[in-house]
Amino acid sequence: MERRASSPDMTGRNARLSITKQDFELTTGGFLLYFPQATLEMELKSPSEFAKEQVTAVQDYSVLAGRSIANLFSQPVYSGDIVQQADLIGVGSLPIVALSGLFTGVVLALNSANTLQRFGSLSLIAQLVSVGMVTELGPVLTGLMVAGRNASGMASELGSMVVTEQIDAMRALGTDPLKKLVTPRVVSTVFMLFFLTIISDLLGLFGGSVVSTLMLGLDAHQYWSSAWQVLAFRDVFTGLIKPLIFGFIIATVGCYYGMSARGGTQGVGRATTQAVVAASVSIVMVDAFVTKLLMAVFGNR
Amino acid sequence: MGAPPIVAEEPSRAIQDAASPVIVFEDVSLAFDDKVVLDGISFQLERGETKAIFGVAGSGKSTILKLAMGLIRPDSGRVHVLGVDITNMNQKDLFALRRKIGMVFQESALFDSLTVRENVAFRLLEEGDVSEADIEKRVLEVLSFVELEKTIDMFPSELSGGMRRRVAIARAIINEPELLLYDSPTGGLDPVTSTTIVELIIKQRDVAKTSSLFVTHRLQDAFTMATYGFDRKTNHMQPLSPSARETVPMCFLLLRDGKIIFNGDAHELAQSKDEYIREYIS
Repeated sequence: MERRASSPDMTGRNARLSITKQDFELTTGGFLLYFPQATLEMELKSPSEFAKEQVTAVQDYSVLAGRSIANLFSQPVYSGDIVQQADLIGVGSLPIVALSGLFTGVVLALNSANTLQRFGSLSLIAQLVSVGMVTELGPVLTGLMVAGRNASGMASELGSMVVTEQIDAMRALGTDPLKKLVTPRVVSTVFMLFFLTIISDLLGLFGGSVVSTLMLGLDAHQYWSSAWQVLAFRDVFTGLIKPLIFGFIIATVGCYYGMSARGGTQGVGRATTQAVVAASVSIVMVDAFVTKLLMAVFGNR
Repeated sequence: MGAPPIVAEEPSRAIQDAASPVIVFEDVSLAFDDKVVLDGISFQLERGETKAIFGVAGSGKSTILKLAMGLIRPDSGRVHVLGVDITNMNQKDLFALRRKIGMVFQESALFDSLTVRENVAFRLLEEGDVSEADIEKRVLEVLSFVELEKTIDMFPSELSGGMRRRVAIARAIINEPELLLYDSPTGGLDPVTSTTIVELIIKQRDVAKTSSLFVTHRLQDAFTMATYGFDRKTNHMQPLSPSARETVPMCFLLLRDGKIIFNGDAHELAQSKDEYIREYIS
């Protein structure tokens, strides 16, 4: 049995543990799992080292997120870059946001029609699609779509700039990369996600109306007036505060992973994947908390 | 008339005069995780002088430049640049100071989403107080210095490795910096292109008299710089006579395992009895 190093040492430094195929056969009782390589190399970290890294990452993220906003209040403000990013992020994401919003509305109407028909309440379909799209599905799905498209884009673009020393070059040329690159992305994502969500909500309602009128035989006028009347201030407020928070998460997470990319092209790939995963999971998690918080503020429906 | 108004100076800022050194490293140490990169480094770069820093890969050459630029901070010791202690300087002041320093990165580090014009003009565009006509004029001037006027509308991806280095030099010198930092500007280039780059660096040294740190692992580049001067008549570098070589403001700094093992001029380097140095320069 070959073991090149022992488990984490007393100094808390990283220790390399090499496990051979033979080790694995022994530990799995001879039942072989398929491993393409004869030797699995994994790096073990001491718990204190791991905890320190996690705390440092949270600290770095907080600094980046805080400075991305604080930079707006000091000169220079890169308005040209903000407009350019708004075009890339907002206009560029329009097709996927429009399609996902439209078909979510269609699916929501189709799925709920069955159940509602059973109770003879098909006329409630407009209310269901309306509240569902505006408070929840519109903001979350738009957030997830934009996270998939733009958090990855930001992480890979900034990550490539880090590994090719372009970020260092920018700092060397006397320009703050947080101000020039991160702040415009954060501002334009927050701004554009707000409007993309409105478009997604509208198209979702339109998708629901197509199903309701063409397949279920409901009156279009009745559908739209019902969808409009059911919405209270709290629904619209909930549905429009979320994209502001999600936009901030998408841009700061994407930029954070990009700016902390290390280790060449492989590191850029890793940063891109992590950015999408972290942004998507954060959106869903934060959505739950925000929903509960706003319910506490406005009371249940 | 009364006394001239007293200008309030921040106490940590030393007054820069022509005779004071451009860079001072005082017992600087730095480690990344467990690896000691620099171990008690002390040296000075005098005004108008070019110091070639060489050593094997991983000996901490590029780290010295990044410390001088304030891109990283030392674990201990102090770094003074242009008469200012930058060891614990805040980011805002560092960005202001960096505008007086030009740096050429190892792989050029040109912004690949910008054209050559925008790359070279980046610093002037950021400063914002220069007119468009002046920017265009200045860009053409520095591009003609590196003989690349025709590439002005091209993107970095359309240029060869040597051309990218030359554009990087143009970008670094556009606002006539007081200090230039070259990080392996000839690394990975063929000998002919390397000579072109070295010629440009000699031209900058002899024409603009800019102080510079020149990191390289190619000893021949450093020796070329010590033995050649720029001839404005022919617009090329020419070998200097032995007597003229003594006036070249050029010295050498050799690093080994994070420590300085040699700091002196070409003559002293050639005379060194140290076995490692002899092996290195042979």
